[in-house]
Amino acid sequence: MSEPGARITRAEVTHVARLARLALTDDEADSLTRELGVILDNAARVSALDTAGVPPTAHPVPLVNVLRADVPKPCLDRDEVLSQAPAVEDGRFLVPRILGEEP
Amino acid sequence: MTDTTDTADASRTDQWETVVGLEVHVELATVTKLFCACPNLFGAEPNTNICPVCLGLPGSLPVLNERVVEFALRVGEAFHFDVPERSIFHRKNYFYPDMPKDFQTTQYDEPICLAGWLDVDGVRVGITRAHLEEDTGKSVHLGGGGRIHDASHSLVDYNRAGVPLMEIVSEPDMRSSEQARRYVEELRATLLAIGVSDVKMEEGSLRVDANISVRHYGDEFGTRAEIKNVNSLRSLARAIDYEHDRQIEMLERGERVKQETRHWDEEAGCTRPGRSKEEPDDYRYFPEPDLVPIAPSAELRAHVRASMPELPAAQRTRLIDEWGINDHEAGVLLSTPGLAEYAETAVVALDGGGTPKDVVNWATNDVLSYVNETGLSPALLAPEMLAELVRLVGDGTISRNQARDVLAESLREEKWPKAIVSERGLAQVSDEGALGAAVDDVLAQNADAVEEWRSGDDKVKKKKRGFLMGECMKALKGQGNPQLLNRLLDERLARG
Repeated sequence: MSEPGARITRAEVTHVARLARLALTDDEADSLTRELGVILDNAARVSALDTAGVPPTAHPVPLVNVLRADVPKPCLDRDEVLSQAPAVEDGRFLVPRILGEEP
Repeated sequence: MTDTTDTADASRTDQWETVVGLEVHVELATVTKLFCACPNLFGAEPNTNICPVCLGLPGSLPVLNERVVEFALRVGEAFHFDVPERSIFHRKNYFYPDMPKDFQTTQYDEPICLAGWLDVDGVRVGITRAHLEEDTGKSVHLGGGGRIHDASHSLVDYNRAGVPLMEIVSEPDMRSSEQARRYVEELRATLLAIGVSDVKMEEGSLRVDANISVRHYGDEFGTRAEIKNVNSLRSLARAIDYEHDRQIEMLERGERVKQETRHWDEEAGCTRPGRSKEEPDDYRYFPEPDLVPIAPSAELRAHVRASMPELPAAQRTRLIDEWGINDHEAGVLLSTPGLAEYAETAVVALDGGGTPKDVVNWATNDVLSYVNETGLSPALLAPEMLAELVRLVGDGTISRNQARDVLAESLREEKWPKAIVSERGLAQVSDEGALGAAVDDVLAQNADAVEEWRSGDDKVKKKKRGFLMGECMKALKGQGNPQLLNRLLDERLARG
């Protein structure tokens, strides 16, 4: 359903949704393709600027080396943590059968 | 290569070259985890070292452990890496229950260490990069014989999630299983010497993935298989040899090697393909917005450079030069963590009562066996006790044979050799008068044997002399100084 020249295709949207394990309905995929296209259009206006010599910025503040001393602090109480889990066995989190390959 | 290469294999090996590159994951020996203050401990009760950060609870924020940066710089120095002005973390996105955040924080295209190398037996192995990342939790798969895809469910322990790792990626510069094994040995010894990891493969603090391909000499690189689940140096060598054979057989049958991940099966002695993926990996790496860049200061770099210890390669050369030991002995000393340091302290403690070579002989035989049997680190043993033992042998108080027993007890009971010698009444008789009297008695009581010695040919002479020497030793309850006793016996026999 992507328009010609659109910045993101419907196939890309469904692919990304799959990677994020999101189940989209056909209607959702259509509307997200349109909405993401608008967002990318806006981003494209920034791309039009000459940014040669400007390093990519992952952070708005120019900070480096935010560090902490290698000193232990108390951990969470195991019983309290495990009481929040849907299923527990033997002091461990119980998870359903793993289908995918280990990354 | 196996020891039993037959001729057919040998001719095949002539045409094919193995190409190996290794990815080594090493857990850093920090007190706490990479991004949170949970203890970095092996073997704790499941899920006792966890907090909101390593559990990926909403709202929690990671803060980098400063010791990790220092350790990375030490690795940088040890392997001649370039440490860029700035490095950053990325998120590697994937869904797997071993990471509760559903991403792993790792370094991607701006790692902390780039382009280093390690010399292994005179061959330079390039190291592409070394980057920081967090370890994952540990899963146990239940039902289906513990195999992941047949399991009914899995249990996850997050104690290891967030433990700091360095992944050290070599160039495909190795050409045999032996070379790969030696590379890992040298890498381990170096990491241990610089104090950044305990490098215990059996506890998973050092893990190796091997990329293996084969090619005809002079050709381009072949298609590689990545072998995982290699848990010891021995399995590493076996897995490489197995892959070498498997790939050559495929190519010689006209098939193609598939680029894939395979798992080493230790019991069956073979590699098996992993489950094939429906689609290629797509981890959607992007810069971690919750962490700022690492920019090691000039002061930290200088501090690390100044505090680097002697590296194993240099230590090996020095010990060979100073102690007059051979390459093999130096290799044995350095391949067991702490053994070389143990020997060095013992040599200093000798105080002239023996040679470094004596110390090395004991250290690489009896002490090493003891260490292997008990699993104790040589760092827990007292090198001064070995020095005392060497002195006792050197000055003739006990024989080498007696010394073996004494050393065994000394190591086991943590007792000084001198104390053992006096307790057991072992001190060797080196008094010439006492020994001479014993020899005289034996010769007088065995006049027949003496006569047979006198009239016999060389063979008889040898036999009778051996008998008489045995009688002398028996008379002295095994405590006669053998060199002295030999001389006294010969003198008296010659005198007639």
